[in-house]
Amino acid sequence: MKDDKLIIAGIEFHSRLWVGTGKYKDFPETKKAIEVSGTDVVTVSVRRVNIIDKNKENLLDYIDPKKYKILPNTAGCFTPKDAIRTAMLAAEAGISKLVKLEVIGDEKTLFPDNEATLEAAKVLVKEGLIVFPYTSDDPVMAKKLVDIGCPAVMPLAAPIGSGLGIRNPFNIRIIMETIKVPVVVDAGVGTASDVALAMELGCDAVLLNTAIAGAKDPIGMAEAMKYGVLGGRLAYKSGRIPKKLYATASSPLEGMIGS
Amino acid sequence: MLNGEKKEVTDNITVSRLLEILDIQHQRVAVELNEATVKKDRYATTTINDGDALEVVSFMGGGLCTIQSPR
Repeated sequence: MKDDKLIIAGIEFHSRLWVGTGKYKDFPETKKAIEVSGTDVVTVSVRRVNIIDKNKENLLDYIDPKKYKILPNTAGCFTPKDAIRTAMLAAEAGISKLVKLEVIGDEKTLFPDNEATLEAAKVLVKEGLIVFPYTSDDPVMAKKLVDIGCPAVMPLAAPIGSGLGIRNPFNIRIIMETIKVPVVVDAGVGTASDVALAMELGCDAVLLNTAIAGAKDPIGMAEAMKYGVLGGRLAYKSGRIPKKLYATASSPLEGMIGS
Repeated sequence: MLNGEKKEVTDNITVSRLLEILDIQHQRVAVELNEATVKKDRYATTTINDGDALEVVSFMGGGLCTIQSPR
């Protein structure tokens, strides 16, 4: 598609499908799924290096930081302080200034603690990081995050790993009408139709992980997601027909035999 | 403390030297000393003292919220 670039904070993204690197069987599968998905953004977590087992392979041996934009996340953080520490460490690794900010408020649903997210976002934006906050589908919160300097927002579709798809498309639409920055739907996506729907709503991109890694055939699902995003985005740009209660005949009424 | 475990090191060892001993490449990690990020250009000049807490992290697989053992 010509002239349909996704640009956030001055960075051009070539794919509107962003993929996480967790929950795969092994590194080779992770690498293959990511390749097949056609993405150019992968999220990674920030974790302690295994000091004892020096021969342990590194994710970046399989995912080339030159080929993919690395988006570190603050997964596992429940407080602003932890999220800030994690994000600052991630930035200092020297690979990326991007951070996907997650501050979780509840262990069962893994819903974000919006207040804590806002607090951490303020600090990290001041430190010069490019902050993409994971947030609930609340237009008020989305606006607050944009106002303090986040160049995009990432509202959840549904609880992480739940596969429920977009629970509240109306809120997602309202978010897009309320703020002027890109909206990247994150979390809870289950299958290709979910991402197509997100793109048809007008979202700028979708981030998912479990939907691919947890599928029976992750490589197949990665490809399905790629087409889901492409199809949904093209449909959105092509202007769908309106929904009507009654039929509108497709064939002309003149020239029928016997008339 | 190194990554949550007690570790004996030479007095006044630098971050740089410690990473060398542990055979850890600078490029792929980030280091935090007593909850403050250590800038890469300071590895050679930052010393670790008795009672300090050091965290050496890297990027691992993980989408949203791969909850690991708490710090």
